[in-house]
Amino acid sequence: MGMFLLRRVGVMLLTALCLTFIVFFMTTLYPNLEKLAKTQGNFRMSDEAVASYLTREGYLEPVLKGYGQWLGVVPGHVFEDEDGKITGSCIDPGMDPADAPTYCGVLQGDWGESVTFKDEAGSLIWTRLALTGKLMFAVMCVMVPLALLIGVLSGMREGSRMDRSLSTFSIATTATPEYVSGVIFIAVFASSAVGLKWFKASATSAMEDATLANFTLPVITIALYGMGYIARMTRASMTEVMTAQYIRTARLKGVSFGNVVMKHALRNALIAPFTVIMLQFPWLLNGVVIVETLFNYKGFGWLLVQAASTNDIQLLLGCSVVAVFVVLITQLISDIGYVFLNPRIRMS
Amino acid sequence: MDPLTWTGSLGTALDPVFQILAVVFLGAVLLYTLASFVMPEPQIRAINSNTATAGNGVTNLLGKASRYSLMALIVLCLVYLLAGIVTPYGWAGIIGEIGQRFLPVWIALVITFALSITFKRKLGLYGKLFDSPIGMVGFGLVMFWVFTAIFAGFFDMIVTHGVLEQLSGMKNKVPGTPVRGAEAGDFPHYLLGGDTLARDVFSRMVSGSTTVLLIAPAATAFAFMVGITLGLPAGYYGGKFDTVISFLANLVLAFPVILLFFLLVTPEIREYVMFNFLGKGVTFPTLMAAVLFLFPVLFLIVLWNSRFFTQPAKRNLYVALTVVIGGWIYLGLAWDADPLGRISMDSQVLIVFVSVVFVNSPTVFRIVRGLVLDIKTRDYVAAGQTRGEGPWYIMLWEILPNARGPLIVDFCLRIGYTTILLGTLGFFGLGLSPESPDWGTTINQGRKLLSVFPHPAIAPALALMSLVLGLNLLADGLREESLKD
Repeated sequence: MGMFLLRRVGVMLLTALCLTFIVFFMTTLYPNLEKLAKTQGNFRMSDEAVASYLTREGYLEPVLKGYGQWLGVVPGHVFEDEDGKITGSCIDPGMDPADAPTYCGVLQGDWGESVTFKDEAGSLIWTRLALTGKLMFAVMCVMVPLALLIGVLSGMREGSRMDRSLSTFSIATTATPEYVSGVIFIAVFASSAVGLKWFKASATSAMEDATLANFTLPVITIALYGMGYIARMTRASMTEVMTAQYIRTARLKGVSFGNVVMKHALRNALIAPFTVIMLQFPWLLNGVVIVETLFNYKGFGWLLVQAASTNDIQLLLGCSVVAVFVVLITQLISDIGYVFLNPRIRMS
Repeated sequence: MDPLTWTGSLGTALDPVFQILAVVFLGAVLLYTLASFVMPEPQIRAINSNTATAGNGVTNLLGKASRYSLMALIVLCLVYLLAGIVTPYGWAGIIGEIGQRFLPVWIALVITFALSITFKRKLGLYGKLFDSPIGMVGFGLVMFWVFTAIFAGFFDMIVTHGVLEQLSGMKNKVPGTPVRGAEAGDFPHYLLGGDTLARDVFSRMVSGSTTVLLIAPAATAFAFMVGITLGLPAGYYGGKFDTVISFLANLVLAFPVILLFFLLVTPEIREYVMFNFLGKGVTFPTLMAAVLFLFPVLFLIVLWNSRFFTQPAKRNLYVALTVVIGGWIYLGLAWDADPLGRISMDSQVLIVFVSVVFVNSPTVFRIVRGLVLDIKTRDYVAAGQTRGEGPWYIMLWEILPNARGPLIVDFCLRIGYTTILLGTLGFFGLGLSPESPDWGTTINQGRKLLSVFPHPAIAPALALMSLVLGLNLLADGLREESLKD
């Protein structure tokens, strides 16, 4: 177990390093840097002005060196202009260059500065992530119980009419991506022209104070798409358990159907969905980006879109680190959880 | 011209009937669901030695009520849709006229279903699909959009107005608005209204199906070629090769899809020339296309070579044909360097295509690898090895045909997923030009005024949903039927 964990964590760190390097490489390609310089300066900057801006800010270092600086294993960039004034990535405005630390990267806890929001990338990401956490918590509260209920109900009597209608429902939800269900929900429940006007089409106000009116639609939109998949997995594992020998034995001994489902089948049937629920996180991340854009809820997904569309390098790197770690850690948890939940693997 | 209502004159008689039936159906379904919790399970009792009775009266009655009202509802929907074909223009309302525009699609669907059901015993897995109701519904939905795409894209049939045609006074108009100053030959209404640029929503939705159905299945097929070509040796040989490729696949899978799209599909990246190769600027999409598009050609060459290794004449012919035709298409698509100047791909379509293939192929790779790991332990593989068959012959002609069931099912599902990905790209305004009628881009344009004018976004949203739903149902039906063997 210890070796297994160690190997998994090692592979995970290597993956994270590779992925952040790819993001770093893509965002610091010259046309992206040029775009960045022009959004910082003005759009009619000459090529020389762009080049001098980029040199001053340290963007034109070789890729590996730049990546090392961002990571904090290579000394930070320092630039001395003609007047002898020293600026650098580790030197805060108003700080004496001599006092500045040599290394300032992610490893030192310095996530750099977002150029579009004029703020620390780290603190920006954490505040936005907290907002997304709120959304995700609500989504999980709606999605997981409903999905398990649908899966268990349709799996306990395979082929019954309830099974068929619930299965069709779960197929229909997996066929409806967030941008489709979101659009339909807004038109039906929030549109001022034809809709029922029960809810609001914007969730901006839900960031401070989430109410039923402004938070329902985004939560339902994300939950619905993920729900079908979990429900189908639960159904598959439930039907498998219900055909097992010990269930038949219990039935033949005269245990009532309800008791068989609740006491004998359910626990064993919920092992597989656990992995699936954990592996849903990366998918949910996708949904979060779409829904936060559609409903204008300024969370992590919204931040990611802003960072990507303005090529805000430090912020985008920070966002991708968080996104990649969310994916990798959920994979790890799902592996470990599977081992712990399944007695057959745990014992051997 | 008067504006059209949804159901027209037909509706005055049929709408009340429809509403009553809908209420009956919903009530019956609700009561039935409740009853199935409260009432005991239906038990079969023998009345005498010849007859048996099942269930209790109430549940049965509710079941029957829901079934018959559903059937009546379906018949009524068909009447609404098809009435427009026989009645004069405008009498059957918007729904009737839409049904009338889709006439070629209905005819093609009826012919397809009639032929398939007649000969279903001779058609293998495809024929068995017509034993499963779910599979038939899915197949019907998919073929509806396939025929729509063909008739609209190649014969210019179903559409009523040009995709980019802007008519004055039609901006954000509701469905059924008459076109101002329509001449005798013009179509007199915007059936599903106008969008923010006064273009016809219906025509754009119909034309969008062509764009979507050209890219999604092709991209999925390419992803399968890449996944199979890499997954077969990785599963069969294992070892270092497997470790490296699996690590790369997991790398791509751990990447958030949207971040990848934002990094790959921005205009800056698309036009950036990385280096020069034989006097041609190589951009990022070209480089990726050059690698990814090589796999289908390689796959076919290895396929023919392993099959006809003992018949050199035949093998040389097939391999030469593949190299010439495949190489021609490869040069045209990936490098835009077709010597005959016939095949080329728009750079915007290319980057969308390439990134969708790139995102999909690792998953296919994992599926194929898993299947190979399972199948290679079978006896017939060992028998093949003992006979002295080459490793690629075993992989491509022993293992792959036996893995076809799960792969076909996954192919259907994956086309749906690719359609969703294309829509996601369109939703963020990445990739295809904003004028393109594809569904994702249209939803993106419609969402800005969503709460005031929902119809420009609703039409493509429903279209996309029905296509993906059809593909999922089709996959479900195929899985069910292939498991029956």
